[in-house]
Amino acid sequence: MLVASNLSCIRGTQTLFTDLSVQLNSGQWLYLQGENGAGKTSLLRILAGLTLPAAGSVTWHGAPISKQRSIYHTDMLYLGHHASLKEDLTLTENLRSLMAMDGLTVSDAAIQDALTRMGLARRQHLPARVLSAGQKRRGLLARLLLRAAKLWILDEPFNALDTNAITNLQESLRTHLHHGGMIILTSHQTPDLGAGATGFVLNLSGSR
Amino acid sequence: MPQLFAMFAAYFAALNRDLLLVMRRKTEVLTALFFFVIVTTLLPLGIGPEPDLLRKIAPGAMWIAALLATLLGLQRLFAADHADGTLEQMALSPEPLSILVAGKITAHWLVCGLPLVLLAPVIGLQFDLPTDAIGILMLSLLIGTPLLSLIGAIGAALTLGARGSALLVSLLVLPLYVPTLIFGAGAVESYITGLGAAGHLSLLGALLVLAIAFSPWATTAALRISLE
Amino acid sequence: MINWFKFSAPSTFYPLAGKLVPVFWLLAAIFGAIGLYIGFFVAPTDAQQGEGYRIIFIHVPASWMSMFIYCVMAFWSLLGLTFGTRLSGMMTTALAPTGALFAFLSLWTGALWGKPMWGTWWVWDARLTSELILFFLYLGYMALHAAIDDPRRADRAGAVLSLVGVVNVPIIYFSVKWWNTLHQGASVSLTKSASMASTMLWGMLIMALAFWAYTLAVALMRARAIMLEREANTEWVKHLPDIRRAA
Repeated sequence: MLVASNLSCIRGTQTLFTDLSVQLNSGQWLYLQGENGAGKTSLLRILAGLTLPAAGSVTWHGAPISKQRSIYHTDMLYLGHHASLKEDLTLTENLRSLMAMDGLTVSDAAIQDALTRMGLARRQHLPARVLSAGQKRRGLLARLLLRAAKLWILDEPFNALDTNAITNLQESLRTHLHHGGMIILTSHQTPDLGAGATGFVLNLSGSR
Repeated sequence: MPQLFAMFAAYFAALNRDLLLVMRRKTEVLTALFFFVIVTTLLPLGIGPEPDLLRKIAPGAMWIAALLATLLGLQRLFAADHADGTLEQMALSPEPLSILVAGKITAHWLVCGLPLVLLAPVIGLQFDLPTDAIGILMLSLLIGTPLLSLIGAIGAALTLGARGSALLVSLLVLPLYVPTLIFGAGAVESYITGLGAAGHLSLLGALLVLAIAFSPWATTAALRISLE
Repeated sequence: MINWFKFSAPSTFYPLAGKLVPVFWLLAAIFGAIGLYIGFFVAPTDAQQGEGYRIIFIHVPASWMSMFIYCVMAFWSLLGLTFGTRLSGMMTTALAPTGALFAFLSLWTGALWGKPMWGTWWVWDARLTSELILFFLYLGYMALHAAIDDPRRADRAGAVLSLVGVVNVPIIYFSVKWWNTLHQGASVSLTKSASMASTMLWGMLIMALAFWAYTLAVALMRARAIMLEREANTEWVKHLPDIRRAA
């Protein structure tokens, strides 16, 4: 289970938040709200282990995440607001290399299947540079289907997606929660994560 | 055992990816190589064509050209991956980041270092070096250029996201290149003067071993700081 | 057992440093006066070099300090990276300009001494050359620190750089020495040229103490300024007596 206790984050001379504690159990979601610059992305990056908090700690199954990087990174998948794709490689090549660098081998059929489910079957052999922002986003989201990660940390996953893709993604999120997964996300629009799953809304604007 | 295998797989994955990217953009490799050739060609034009003089400065001149050519590729080593977010994904891989970094450094050497080694005989002939001295020069570059990539990677990682990083890399990395330059160029020189190159080359080898052990680790620490 | 971590908190360190600064200024003045007196009046005129050699009372201690400060910076960096103390980065940053100053002073006095001795401003002597590289390392540290906007990140990146540097300094020194013997450069070494009389050694040691006290005084002053700048929004800064008086 993910437990963050007494986190604080300082950017430059500005204190974004202090004494922030969060606990997330299996099958739960956490939805971060707040205006631009409130520290949503900073919090996500701290929870993913990319940034060290100025104070406080993050533990996964009881141990600090920095002490068990390999285990935590197997269980966790973070998708930031970057495209995270190489412009010169095709979607298939991109996904294959990302998976391989995660130490996982994946069959071409599995990649094709994931891309098909994201509605990109006909785009899989095009270099990423010719795709639209929404298509790149969907290409990256295909990683959610390929990696068996328990905790998803998603920074604005609905950005640049059309209505169809949003419905699709929400369906995937609900399925993930239903199977006992955990989701932490930021979004401009309130996501519909289903009535069955429990979760929290954390408002980050109150700290200043 | 399977863990070790997975680590090797991740290393080759990072290596393959970078090589594939280079294959898609061949001009970038050729730029560094062309730079090496043009610098070594301009030198005699600036100094004069006396064969004795050229023979004397050849090892130093070629080594300095190699340093500068390696620097050219360094700025791109992590910057592109940083900009498009793939570096972030690497840092979040279950495999150690240092293994992926080692793969990327290897790719950098294969693309920016090894061609210089292979090109050295041609430039050596321009400088009227004897054949056996060219052999020693190639050997010194073969041991020394990976060292340049390894040390340079630390500088490239440290300056990631800093202002004016392209110039800053040179300022940080060039002083650290001093021992490599001394032993590399010194090997050829002491061979020509009849002292033998074994001492220089084995010291260069020792530095390489040290850098292989130390550099990916320091580079990883620097990358994690730059990603914050 | 003293709790050292307590002192590493800026709120405790700031007033402590404030008390120490005048002490070190005083020490620097006293040692400086004694050292210079020995250098100029007690130490005998050198048979070969005349009065000109007296510059070593600045040159040698400055070289020592430039190397010593780099090691201290590396020590703080190691501390900062392992324990994540805020003070470490501030101290490293505060020390760097003084280290660079001493490296520069050492090079400059070396050149001033070299002109009458060897008839040239610069010789590719192993010590001078490594001192020059050390100077570049200091400049690199300061440039890197200045180029990163977030101070915490700048501290940590600088820490990695100074650790990489401290591993490389001996390697650079020995490679330059090796290179020097191969090329048979200047055979006269700066410190060993005159048989070192014990008064000279004492003079240099006392000058080194003066430089050391000066370094501490300046670095602590600089660290205090950095602390105020970085922690301007924190409670302890707002409650400082000198701040309230100014307001």
